[in-house]
Amino acid sequence: MSDRHPLFKPLVFVGGLVFGFGLGFSHMARPEVVLNFLQFEDLGLPFVMFGAAIVSGIAFALLPRIRDAAPLTGDPYERRLKPFDRNVLVGGAVFGVGWGLSGICPGAAYASLGVGNVTILWALAGMFVGAYAQGYWRSRSQARDSAVTGAN
Amino acid sequence: MVTDPVLLQAAADLFPNGISRYAVGGLLVGLGTVLIYVGTGIPAGASTFLESTLSYVSDRSRFQQYVGSRDWRLVFTAGIILGGLAFAATFQSGLVTSSLYEPGTTGQLYDVAGVTLWMTDVQPWRLFVGGVLVGIGTRIGKGCTSGHGVCGVGSASKTSLVGVVTFLTVAIGTAQVVAALGVSP
Repeated sequence: MSDRHPLFKPLVFVGGLVFGFGLGFSHMARPEVVLNFLQFEDLGLPFVMFGAAIVSGIAFALLPRIRDAAPLTGDPYERRLKPFDRNVLVGGAVFGVGWGLSGICPGAAYASLGVGNVTILWALAGMFVGAYAQGYWRSRSQARDSAVTGAN
Repeated sequence: MVTDPVLLQAAADLFPNGISRYAVGGLLVGLGTVLIYVGTGIPAGASTFLESTLSYVSDRSRFQQYVGSRDWRLVFTAGIILGGLAFAATFQSGLVTSSLYEPGTTGQLYDVAGVTLWMTDVQPWRLFVGGVLVGIGTRIGKGCTSGHGVCGVGSASKTSLVGVVTFLTVAIGTAQVVAALGVSP
């Protein structure tokens, strides 16, 4: 968007760099290491997700007390909570099967490409196919629902 | 300092690569998230990129709703990829070393123009089929390891905590079954 601050994208890029470097450093970008954790052969991996959650949690808690709004967007610092419904369980379970089979999740897949793992393009292709299939199916069922409502 | 040999052995069994590379990596992942949040107020997750990028090629409303964020999500993902490359050019290549970084023995290393790159041994069909399910599941479930796991847990969101427990439990079960069936790597 043209009305965004000129530093908006550079900051997002630098944040992505640090994020991706961390995924490489932690070896979470290596499917073998994720699978070793899921098979209880190396229990270090939770330190990545919960370490990151603690750092972001501190920022999420402190920033609203320091400033009202973010400097580059003017958006308020607020919790953006996703509503809970059955889809969180269904989607979480489907994601869990995929993660347990492949050992890779979206952010780690991008970083994995960066550390040289060209084979991960199979996983990235699969993720796009899956996201497209889900969006296609969701759009169709919404169109059908509104058609039924319209007929009534 | 723990000096009990039984405890030390237990720690070596559970954490054969130590914990520092995991903890330091996690702090950096959190720091990247915080940098973006401080400047923009956006708690950025990685998986919406899949849908927002599809909006460049599909007119479906499901993807078009992300037109406003698709450019910066592309920039975020480009940063993540290049961050991985920066790690490869430094620690993975042995150019920089630290007692906090344990190299590990998984996969295959290969050299391109003096940079040590890494490739997985996990079979392509596992990556592809798993990727399809990750693509479907993160979109139905409203988040992935970063959106729910880092941003959501960091916000103490009950929805995200339930999401994390669900995908972690199912992933452990799946990986154990796949390994028990003799599929490796």
